[in-house]
Amino acid sequence: MNKNHRVPSNRTLNAVEVKSKFGAEFRRFSLDRSKPGRFDEFYGLLQHVHRIPNVDLLVGYADVHGDLLPINNDDNYHKAISMAAPLLRLFLQRKEEADYSAFGTDTVTRKKTPAALAAVLLRPDANKKKPPIIISLPKDFRPVSSIIDVDILPETHRRVRLYKHGQEKPLGFYIRDGSSVRVTPQGLEKVPGIFISRMVPGGLAESTGLLAVNDEVLEVNGIEVSGKSLDQVTDMMIANSHNLIITVKPANQRNNVVRSSGGGSSGRSSDSSTSFYGYSTPGSMAMTPSHIIQNYEPDEESEEEEDLVIEADRGAKLIPQAGARATASTSMPTLPRYEPHLDLRPSNGTMSTRSLNAHDMGLEGRNLEEEGTVITL
Amino acid sequence: MMKFRFRRQGNDPHREKIKQDLFAFNKTVEHGFPNQPSALAYDPKLQLMAIGTKSGAIKIYGAPGVEMTGLHKDTAAVTQIHFLYGQGRILSLLDDNTIHLWEIVQRENRSHLVEVHSFNLPGKPGIESTSATRVTVMLLKLSCELLALGTEGGGVHFLELPTLTLLNKSLFQDEIMQSVPEEYKCGKSLGPVESLQEHPQDSDKILIGYSRGLVVLWDLNCRHVDNLFLGKQLESLVWERSGNSFVSSHSDGGYMVWAVSSSNPCTHDPISSTIPYGPFPCKAVNKILWRTTESGAPLVLFSGGMPRASYGDRHCLTILQDSSHVTLDFTSRVIDFFTIHCTDREKEFDDPSALVVLLEEELVVIDLQMAGWPTVPAPYLAPLHSSAVTCSCHISNVPPKLWERVVSVGQQQCPLQDYENWPICGGKNLAADPKQKELLLTGHEDGTVRFWDASGVSLKPLYKLSTANIFQTDCEHNDSLTQAGEEEWPPFRKVGCFDPYSDDPRLAIQKISVCKYSGKLVVAGTAGQVIVLVLSDEKSDHMIDVATVDLLQDREGFTWKGHDRLPPKSGSVVFAPGFQPVVLVQCMPPAAVTAVTLHAEWNLIAFGTSHGFGLFDYHRRSPVLARCTLHPNDSLAMEGPLSRVKSLKKSLRQSFRRIRKSRVSGKKRVVVNSPTSKVQEANAQLAEHDAEVTPVQRRIEPRSADDSLSGVVRCLCFADTFLRDGTHHGPTMWAGTNSGSVYAYALDVPSQEKFSEQSVEALLGKEIQLMHRAPVVSIAVLDGRGNPLPEPYEVSRDLAKAPDMQGSHSVLIVSEEQFKVFMLPKVSAKTKFKLTAHEGCRVRKVALSNFTSVSSEEYSENALVCLTNLGDIHVFSVPALRPQVHYDCIRKEDISGIASCLFTKTGQGFYLISPSEYERFSLSARVITEPLCRVDVERPHDLSAHSSSSPLPTQANGTHRTQAESKAAETEGLFDEMRSALSSPVLDSPNSSADVTLDTTGELTVEDVKDFLMSVDEAENNYRNMTEEDGRPPGILIN
Repeated sequence: MNKNHRVPSNRTLNAVEVKSKFGAEFRRFSLDRSKPGRFDEFYGLLQHVHRIPNVDLLVGYADVHGDLLPINNDDNYHKAISMAAPLLRLFLQRKEEADYSAFGTDTVTRKKTPAALAAVLLRPDANKKKPPIIISLPKDFRPVSSIIDVDILPETHRRVRLYKHGQEKPLGFYIRDGSSVRVTPQGLEKVPGIFISRMVPGGLAESTGLLAVNDEVLEVNGIEVSGKSLDQVTDMMIANSHNLIITVKPANQRNNVVRSSGGGSSGRSSDSSTSFYGYSTPGSMAMTPSHIIQNYEPDEESEEEEDLVIEADRGAKLIPQAGARATASTSMPTLPRYEPHLDLRPSNGTMSTRSLNAHDMGLEGRNLEEEGTVITL
Repeated sequence: MMKFRFRRQGNDPHREKIKQDLFAFNKTVEHGFPNQPSALAYDPKLQLMAIGTKSGAIKIYGAPGVEMTGLHKDTAAVTQIHFLYGQGRILSLLDDNTIHLWEIVQRENRSHLVEVHSFNLPGKPGIESTSATRVTVMLLKLSCELLALGTEGGGVHFLELPTLTLLNKSLFQDEIMQSVPEEYKCGKSLGPVESLQEHPQDSDKILIGYSRGLVVLWDLNCRHVDNLFLGKQLESLVWERSGNSFVSSHSDGGYMVWAVSSSNPCTHDPISSTIPYGPFPCKAVNKILWRTTESGAPLVLFSGGMPRASYGDRHCLTILQDSSHVTLDFTSRVIDFFTIHCTDREKEFDDPSALVVLLEEELVVIDLQMAGWPTVPAPYLAPLHSSAVTCSCHISNVPPKLWERVVSVGQQQCPLQDYENWPICGGKNLAADPKQKELLLTGHEDGTVRFWDASGVSLKPLYKLSTANIFQTDCEHNDSLTQAGEEEWPPFRKVGCFDPYSDDPRLAIQKISVCKYSGKLVVAGTAGQVIVLVLSDEKSDHMIDVATVDLLQDREGFTWKGHDRLPPKSGSVVFAPGFQPVVLVQCMPPAAVTAVTLHAEWNLIAFGTSHGFGLFDYHRRSPVLARCTLHPNDSLAMEGPLSRVKSLKKSLRQSFRRIRKSRVSGKKRVVVNSPTSKVQEANAQLAEHDAEVTPVQRRIEPRSADDSLSGVVRCLCFADTFLRDGTHHGPTMWAGTNSGSVYAYALDVPSQEKFSEQSVEALLGKEIQLMHRAPVVSIAVLDGRGNPLPEPYEVSRDLAKAPDMQGSHSVLIVSEEQFKVFMLPKVSAKTKFKLTAHEGCRVRKVALSNFTSVSSEEYSENALVCLTNLGDIHVFSVPALRPQVHYDCIRKEDISGIASCLFTKTGQGFYLISPSEYERFSLSARVITEPLCRVDVERPHDLSAHSSSSPLPTQANGTHRTQAESKAAETEGLFDEMRSALSSPVLDSPNSSADVTLDTTGELTVEDVKDFLMSVDEAENNYRNMTEEDGRPPGILIN
């Protein structure tokens, strides 16, 4: 992007050129890159320059990839400023008529140019039959679970991913031995299996609604449980508890997701993201609903838990991923202390803080973010 | 996961070859005393002893190193075993009433024990005949051609040997009854056969003793009763050598001597009758032996017979000769005993040289030729469990100097430690003398540490160290009390070392650490005692320095509710030559020590409990560091080991669950008869079925910081490495806890000369919190080449290559769930393997071992050996952490076996298969310690011509899995198949002999065909015998 932009002169290197758009109106101003100030000041400034002091705004900006990302707290505000190259394009919307679905990095609907992006914004309801349901404010939203690999699993099975990023909520379920009846050429056959036996009220498992008592557990993080003892499966689940993916055969098959419905708004959280195993094809992606929540890119690294090392003389820091990145981490002596809830996750809009961090901030930030919370010793 | 899949090595043939040269799993030998022995036999010609066990194993012992094991297919208890003298054959009677014939066969120039025949006494169908034909006694004629079986029903049956064919000359009670005087009959049966004894001079005659007391001298050829002896309730019989008299023992605690004379066919009164421990009621004399001596009076040996009221609970064996009377008082039950005596018929006297007593928990040998009948120390069958084994420690490649010193102090402790007098010395040990000396140290419940020679097949005791004498315990008083009791009659003599009762459980040894170069030893126990001992060749009388280390470090809100510390003795204590204590470090609170390590070069010990860890400079006798590892929420750690909080909670929960369960099952729903689907019905039934069984539930929850006992220090290690920066290395100490925390300290250790002036200082360098919070099982530092750091002194004494201090070091942290290698000094993760996440098993024991290739002594690899909670052993490369091989080793239910497992540095290992036995196994293809022995036997009409194709004996006790991968199975697989084809008609189904086919796919040799023909012949013979049997008149049907 920004191909036809002139090369910034030395004079402007420290200044960020801002082009802010509200409705059909543009405002241009500049900000000091080194001293961007706080988000509420910036918000006030926007209201001031657009002369809309009492309008609640949803502030978005176009990042280097052309994705529309929100600005709603200090962190993503600073991010936006620091990444502006050098022009920062802002798009303001009235909160009450905001189109959340415009946000994000959806691979299918990715808008490559700011012009196309603007087109979406200018005609918010042009290609929408009904307004999307507003789930919640972005800052309250984070994934707790998702159904994955819908495309490759039999319809009777369900692969559920539980995100336990150090939050207080317990995973909250129990498993037991049991037996299921399979139909074989010889007739009905009883085979031993592992089943969910109990849900802890208020636990993560229960709150997702994706797991239920008597669901048969078929796989844990891609490893089949058949032939394994209850204790073995327990140990596997606990060992994977930071990023638990269990494939179940739900006891109640009626509630299974019907994949063929193109709308995808079945009322359930059918979050099909890039296949964890990496074998989903572009074709299958095309089948998936058009507004995909893809705020948690499940690649190999994301399941890594990071051990915490406290240098007796230097204070806490996280261990970087692997030896290759060891140098990178030391070059970042002071890291901002992230809170587990990053406010920049919008509701069903597609907002990728992960890609944001990964691309923009370097690898260190990601370590922090993945873990969600920093363990204090 | 993908990463894991890719990381797994494919079938690179080159690597596979290397792996085959490095790793091979074998269970090699069982050390210690067989668990639950149940039968004993001795072959005076071959000088071999056999022991049968309740798990169906037969173990043969000869000279030290000569050991053979056989395992019956069914795990029924071996009730009797008999040698066919000189033939290398053994008959065993099992609890299930089957008789098995075993042979010692030579294969690959070594001897193995192989089962060749089995026999089951047929009963009369339909009637409750099983007990009637239950074999009570077996008599093997000296000629070894006839076996007589006495049964519960009172019949005596005869089998031809070695074919185990039933002869048609059974003797039943009615035949005897005809000769019995009327007044004795009283319409009752004679009872089971209690004893069968062959006449020592006339092999046609046997003495048959019935339970009710009738003893009959029976002539086999004439089928005629020669003599009748009308005695009391019978227990056992024994001939006098001349055959002129015999001795019977009885259930009233007495024995009788009877004269055999042809003039008096019906004897009512014995020559003499004695109840040695009368006149009050006594227990039965179970077995009696009567041995004549050249010197005069016969030697009478009998077990039992103690006065019922006062000593009825003792396990005794009495030796009587003239006025000499000794009552051997054992700590466990007498199973059986025999004497080693002259069996030459030409000689006039028995002249017993030794008495061998098999007890439930040990083997005792008494020298009957020396005055006072002293015990002879056994070179094998050591009762490892004389006090329960609580921990163990293996030292490989023991320096000769230390070895000599340990042996010498051991000899001073127990002067009778040469095994030249050992009377059971059959067979030849073919194993080469071990190149390296190996020590196995076992810590025991009574506070002792035993040193064993583990270099070879027989585990020999070397030295025993007791730590109880530095504490004030109550046991001393007890000793003096029992001493006083010894004066009385009967003349008890305590024999044997099995002592299951611990004076004070706090004395139990928990951890041992040794420096083999400096002769220093650290022993830590249950009451938080950490004792530093130094090997000294001189006797010493000194005070022990006591230091107390508070591991709580003034943490508030904790009170220890467990046991008290052991009070140390004040004043000086006398110590015999050996390991003598120098410092006693007492951890406070006195919780059991969970980890200990020693660095003799730095004069430091580190120790940890459930509360924290400490570092102590034993040279200056000063504590260096104490660190509390308790989590604020961890209240259980303060309860101590006697806490019942946990179990109470659990049991309450369970009882509630039970109540709830009964309520649920109380209201059964009516099954709706819907014709729609039977699946639903089946499901409902299943569900109901499931509900009946208490469902075992497991909670899925990540480990949290406040799990109980999170502060337990699991491992400690010293290393000279880079902790603070990449350029300066120095002494470090690492500690890992139950909650996945690792603490690394940089130590400032003064140079050798300044030890006395300058103190050691410890500075916290790093704290690592493993995110998965699994307990840290082991920590090891690897040098620049990825090799483990050498032990202290190894480098300074040129015994090991200096570690690579140029390349960057790394630390291997093994938790219960994963292995991880971190680069130092940054502690950045380099490689890892998530074992639990992939395999669902948890790490129980790990060790770094060095594996040398079989094809080249030059090539060796370091590997991480890991035993999981499922009893599997996995081997991983280091530092790449790639899985190499894995084997099933221990049953997963065998928790004590898994807990006791120990790896050596050369790829071997030990684990307890019973409280008294270590199984030794080898993971290395090169380093294997297994019995290699040969027993040369000569036997007429050798049966084992075809049995050479039978499978190698599986390693013993029935308590563990046999290895499918073992060499035996691989090489003998074909033979096995063949054998089953060949021998099945012989063994069990004569009727099927017609349709036997040779359906083996492999090559056939001429011998095989011959064998086959021979076995078919035999089968036909058998078949004939059987049909004859079936066609017998009903009168002689066994009933």
